[in-house]
Amino acid sequence: MTDGRAATAVEAVFREERGRLLAALVRRFGDLDLAEEVTAEAMEAALVHWPVDGVPPNPGAWLATTARRKAVDRLRRDTAYAARLAILQVEAERAAPPAPEIGAGDDLPDERLLLFFTCGHPALPAEDRVALSLRCLAGLTTPEVARAFLVPVATMAKRIVRAKKKIREARIPFRVPDPDERPERLAGVLQVVYSIFTEGYVASSGCDLQRPDLAEEAIRLARILRRLLPAEQEVCGLLALMLLVHARRDARTGPGGGLVLLADQDRGRWDRTMIEEGLALVPVALTGGPVGPYGVQAAIAALHDEAADITTTDWPQIVALYDVLFALTPSPIVALNRAVAVAMRDGPQAGLALLEQLAEEPLLRDHHPYHVACADLLSRLGRKGEAAVAYRRALGLAGTEPERAHLRRKLSPE
Amino acid sequence: MKYMLLINSSSEGPAEEVEGASFDDWLAYDKMVRDAGIHVSGHSLADLTTATTVRVAPDGQRTITTDGPFAETREVLGGYYVLDVPDLDAALDWAARCPGSRGGGSVVVRPVAEFDI
Repeated sequence: MTDGRAATAVEAVFREERGRLLAALVRRFGDLDLAEEVTAEAMEAALVHWPVDGVPPNPGAWLATTARRKAVDRLRRDTAYAARLAILQVEAERAAPPAPEIGAGDDLPDERLLLFFTCGHPALPAEDRVALSLRCLAGLTTPEVARAFLVPVATMAKRIVRAKKKIREARIPFRVPDPDERPERLAGVLQVVYSIFTEGYVASSGCDLQRPDLAEEAIRLARILRRLLPAEQEVCGLLALMLLVHARRDARTGPGGGLVLLADQDRGRWDRTMIEEGLALVPVALTGGPVGPYGVQAAIAALHDEAADITTTDWPQIVALYDVLFALTPSPIVALNRAVAVAMRDGPQAGLALLEQLAEEPLLRDHHPYHVACADLLSRLGRKGEAAVAYRRALGLAGTEPERAHLRRKLSPE
Repeated sequence: MKYMLLINSSSEGPAEEVEGASFDDWLAYDKMVRDAGIHVSGHSLADLTTATTVRVAPDGQRTITTDGPFAETREVLGGYYVLDVPDLDAALDWAARCPGSRGGGSVVVRPVAEFDI
């Protein structure tokens, strides 16, 4: 039997070290399955030894040494497997310098960046990238990832097996892309992290308390990326954006679990510490080179977080930032958000005029926030009948129950 | 590691008008592939109207059909390369350089299966 305290220590160490250890092993042996297997075995060994011998002074190094030994043992037993990996390695080294030895010194080299790029590789389906990143880099188990996405464990396991098979058989390399393809590939990695974050919000209607908080996991991944790529403005921008939005989490839901819009939120319930951290990152994200979409969105979120209420918010500045964002990523969704900001700056009539110009956009036709925005502005203009039609349209499209409940209240305020 | 690049051309419009996909571009690409020492094999295929399909039923009965000349296929396999490169990124890179990936065409990259004997 293992003692509870050692088990907790293992879990804490392990969650922090798992991604790092896994990445170092992948870099050393060039095989994700082997790396995962021996990482798990090292963890089991820790659960046996630490309660008896005490937690070692450098638990990470202990796990690394143990995992490396197990990998070497495994390769000695299975010579065919070893031969296959040796060929892989020779070929990999044609493109990159050989991997450093691991487990000898105290400091495990941080190779997680290559794991980020492999897990976020464009040759993998988007949902697989997300699942694999959570498992390999955030240290979540397959059942945890499954719970986070509200899908059966078997479905998630299948997805992860499929992704690993493609990595292995199509030979998606474990490497950091060359500078010329780096911006594009980094954008892909950031997209994975941001979609984990937004999924955390979309699926927040679930009632499973055991469910890992995807928004927190996304922030954790962005923090790791920020440490690995301190000079990348967009990494900084994404972290800032997520902190500044997540700081409002407690104020987003009312007493009955209902959705509370930004305008009606009790800003006293916003997480000031998180806001401060996010605000400090915004100037870093916006200086040193051309601004990117995450940096601009973080700046917009910062203006909301700094305002005492919706009327004293710096709407002219927000509209200006949406202009910048639209120039960077000209999407109808950005145009929609800009129109809402214009309505706050110049009044509902001006905003509605812009929204009407977007009526034919295919992306917005079934996008419920578009119809909610139209309805809100129509209602402020006293055009109640048209507003009701737009609210009903939105109600037919809205995703989560809190969103629908909010719209039903709008339709029958009594 | 060997990858097959399946080069599909869109059936609409002549390829010559596409920027970066002229006959000279193909010659230059073919030379590049050979000079890089990664060329295993490759052919371009004759027009789809010349294709013939064979199926054999369980009783051994042959059925021979032809799709042409008015096949409603939007993308047509026009040729292939088999390249030997270190990994998928390298293969994707060569696919992106291939003139067949331009002007509405596409290149599908598939690893060649390896069997332990």
